[in-house]
Amino acid sequence: MAVAEFDTPELKEYPVIPHLQKDVMAHSRPFEAKAELQEKLGFPGGLIDNWQQVAIEKMGELNKKYRSLQVYLDSCVKCGACTDKCHYYLGTSDPKNMPVARQDLYRKIYRRYFTISGKLFPKLVGAEDLTEEVLEDWYSYFHQCSQCRRCSVYCPYGIDTAEISMAAREVMDTVGKGQKYCNEIIGKAQTIGNNLGLPEPALVNTLEGLEEDVEEETGVKVRFPVDEKGAEVLLITPSADFFAEPHIDGLIGYAKVFHQAKISWTLSSFASEAANFGMFIGSYENMQKLALRIRQAAIDLGVKRIVFGECGHAWRVAYSFLNTLAGPFDFLDQNYPIPQHICEVTHGLIEEGKLTLDPSRNDDMVVTYHDSCNVARASRMGDKPGGQFEIPREIIKAVCNHYVDMPSHSIKEGTYCCGGGGGLLTDDLIELRVKGALPRMEALKSVVDEYGVTHMAAICAICKSQFSKVFPYYNFSMDQIISLHQLVSNAIVLQPEGNSSEGSDDESQVEAA
Amino acid sequence: MSALTITFAILFYLATACLVGFTARKIWIYAKTPAPLKIPITPAPTTRRGVAFRMLKELTIFESLFKSNKWTWLFGWLFHFGLLLVLLRHLRYFTDPVWAWVVFIQPFGKYATFMLLAGLAGLWGRRLLVDRVRYISAPSDHLMLLLLIAIGATGALMTFVKHTDIVALKSFFIGLMTFSWSAMPNDLILIVHLSLVILLMLIFPFSKLLHAPGIFFSPTLNQVDNPRERRHVAADWTTKIESSMKSTRAS
Ligand code: HEM
Ligand code: HEM
Ligand code: SF4
Ligand code: SF4
Repeated sequence: MAVAEFDTPELKEYPVIPHLQKDVMAHSRPFEAKAELQEKLGFPGGLIDNWQQVAIEKMGELNKKYRSLQVYLDSCVKCGACTDKCHYYLGTSDPKNMPVARQDLYRKIYRRYFTISGKLFPKLVGAEDLTEEVLEDWYSYFHQCSQCRRCSVYCPYGIDTAEISMAAREVMDTVGKGQKYCNEIIGKAQTIGNNLGLPEPALVNTLEGLEEDVEEETGVKVRFPVDEKGAEVLLITPSADFFAEPHIDGLIGYAKVFHQAKISWTLSSFASEAANFGMFIGSYENMQKLALRIRQAAIDLGVKRIVFGECGHAWRVAYSFLNTLAGPFDFLDQNYPIPQHICEVTHGLIEEGKLTLDPSRNDDMVVTYHDSCNVARASRMGDKPGGQFEIPREIIKAVCNHYVDMPSHSIKEGTYCCGGGGGLLTDDLIELRVKGALPRMEALKSVVDEYGVTHMAAICAICKSQFSKVFPYYNFSMDQIISLHQLVSNAIVLQPEGNSSEGSDDESQVEAA
Repeated sequence: MSALTITFAILFYLATACLVGFTARKIWIYAKTPAPLKIPITPAPTTRRGVAFRMLKELTIFESLFKSNKWTWLFGWLFHFGLLLVLLRHLRYFTDPVWAWVVFIQPFGKYATFMLLAGLAGLWGRRLLVDRVRYISAPSDHLMLLLLIAIGATGALMTFVKHTDIVALKSFFIGLMTFSWSAMPNDLILIVHLSLVILLMLIFPFSKLLHAPGIFFSPTLNQVDNPRERRHVAADWTTKIESSMKSTRAS
């Protein structure tokens, strides 16, 4: 399938709600998973013969498993409040990308087979039979939802389209119609330990290379340990941090923070992945398998704390689900949150004055911050509501003299998805990704024009990859997206071995003030 | 006893049974369906008390809707608050003696009719005129508004134009409630008003009107954001998977 030609949307000065253009994105669909990938995850290899019957049974099963699904399918009043909240609708004008219309693709089948009104008067209540066309629509449009939950914030009942997308994807997997990108990655993570399929020797090699690079640049031997038993912290980070730009600069940042704070840490080659694509396909079982690898690694390495690197959906799974999926973590040090985000660690150290920072080293940049959706809307940091907004911003302000926020409708709980989340970060969906980035690009452009912003920092591996890919379409350059810990890495003043502690404390208090 | 009285008496019993029975069934289903994972939506409160406050705001001022769309909020709030006042005013047909606070709100309830009708008209206008909202509307979404408008309009006719025999109507309803029937007034507007009300009661448990009980069960709104502090284990089916997985896992 050749990638279709398409036009990059035009950036407007003010956000405009587009008029409907029916079915303009009906052609957008990711590659399907081949039999081998499907079967590895316990799904049928291809569309099964009695798929309708199995799909409907599965829908019935999910209704009983998830209260969210059952309540949301019944409760939507079609008020329309969510219709202009999805970045994919704003970027494509396709009405089926309006959150409620996306839900309705599923709801109309639910109504037909599970409600009295839909059984008796399908036309009246908008109920429909599960046909091949509907399945095709599902495959197309449930892979045009990044499960970012922006719609949920604005729905009077908190109806979360992500829950419905996950359910739809699970139903499709169950009948043998899976998505290649996600299922391939889950398979790799479950067997090799990370999404890239990077085996242990390669990982060790990469990290040794990094150690040398950092030593060359700073003159200080900052370590990047793997599988070190008895380390205090197990760092679980997205595998993109090991090789992709700008992710890797973030990883260097975490290492420098641990180094200066004298916290011993280690990566695990068994659980060398923070990402958990099991969530994207709505599969509790697959999500749990990946989560249990982390538990196992923590036990095997005898660590006291688990810290997560910069990754949005991984932090959702970690913060919101890990305790449920793989807890209780009674064998870890209870004085620290379990698990902890690297930003919480760095922020805490800055507050305690344990880091020596020189923000002027970032003076060549005017920075803004992209709230990643899964961090902003599906998890938290710190001990207060909204900590996930404040902590990253406070870190940036501590390490960087020039910071501005993007317009208020586009940040914090209202943040726009990068356009590549939810298992859509694949080249076969590039048109969708470019168009879905439109609202964020408009918001960014407004601060670039008004305040001369040069860089946008993010704390999500998917966001970083997505922006480096789509920035050029909007006339930004790909290095304008940076890791938050890259800023920390730039600003941190490392002392050569031997003369660190006392002196640096005073200095850092001055810097952090 | 007239055929009219008998018909309406039976219909009201049936409609009430349907409304209460099927709505209760749905509520029971919502209550027993587990919420296996923590999915509260930002800004999520970290305490039960915070959740109660959040719910209260959603119920009374439609906080999320306000953030979302000011016109829908305005019309929606006018409609629902008007409806609330009107229904409270209606309590006088079902209570004897009428409670003092119901007496007190009578004049407010009377004019709340206009809030209700203005709200409904605005909501229907949006549904017809805004292309996005028109697209997502099924025929039932239009008819539901029409039904409520018709109920409101017939009610308003009785209140402001052609009064009905309230005393007789009240003894009809008290009669229904105490199982000692008395005659229902034979008044065309009232008959239409009540027929539509019966229809509404019958539809309620099978339609989107389930949003009224549903909102209380919405996990995004009613969960406390404390997954790290308290291990959330809510579903049998997850613990079953878990024990099978943990047992097959390497030591
Ligand atoms: C717990 C109580 C209730 C709450 C919190 C609530 C809340 C809401 C909200 C926020 C909306 C969306 C905005 C709007 O379109 O107005 C809505 C819509 C609606 N509500 Fe309610 N509601 C409640 C009870 C009821 C009841 C008892 C009825 C009817 C008898 C009702 C009928 C409707 C209708 C028909 C709509 C759709 C309006 C449209 O078509 O645009 N609601 N409700
Ligand atoms: C068994 C249920 C009901 C009965 C017996 C009933 C009866 C009546 C009567 C007798 C009036 C005229 C009052 C007067 O002349 O002062 C009235 C008015 C009205 N009714 Fe109903 N009604 C019922 C349910 C409803 C419902 C469910 C709604 C709304 C959805 C509604 C909306 C109205 C309105 C807006 C008015 C005009 C304002 C007022 O007088 O309160 N009614 N109703
Ligand atoms: S979850 Fe995000 S991508 Fe999906 S429908 Fe809602 S706003 Fe759109
Ligand atoms: S905002 Fe919520 S209730 Fe309104 S149409 Fe969207 S999903 Fe339905």
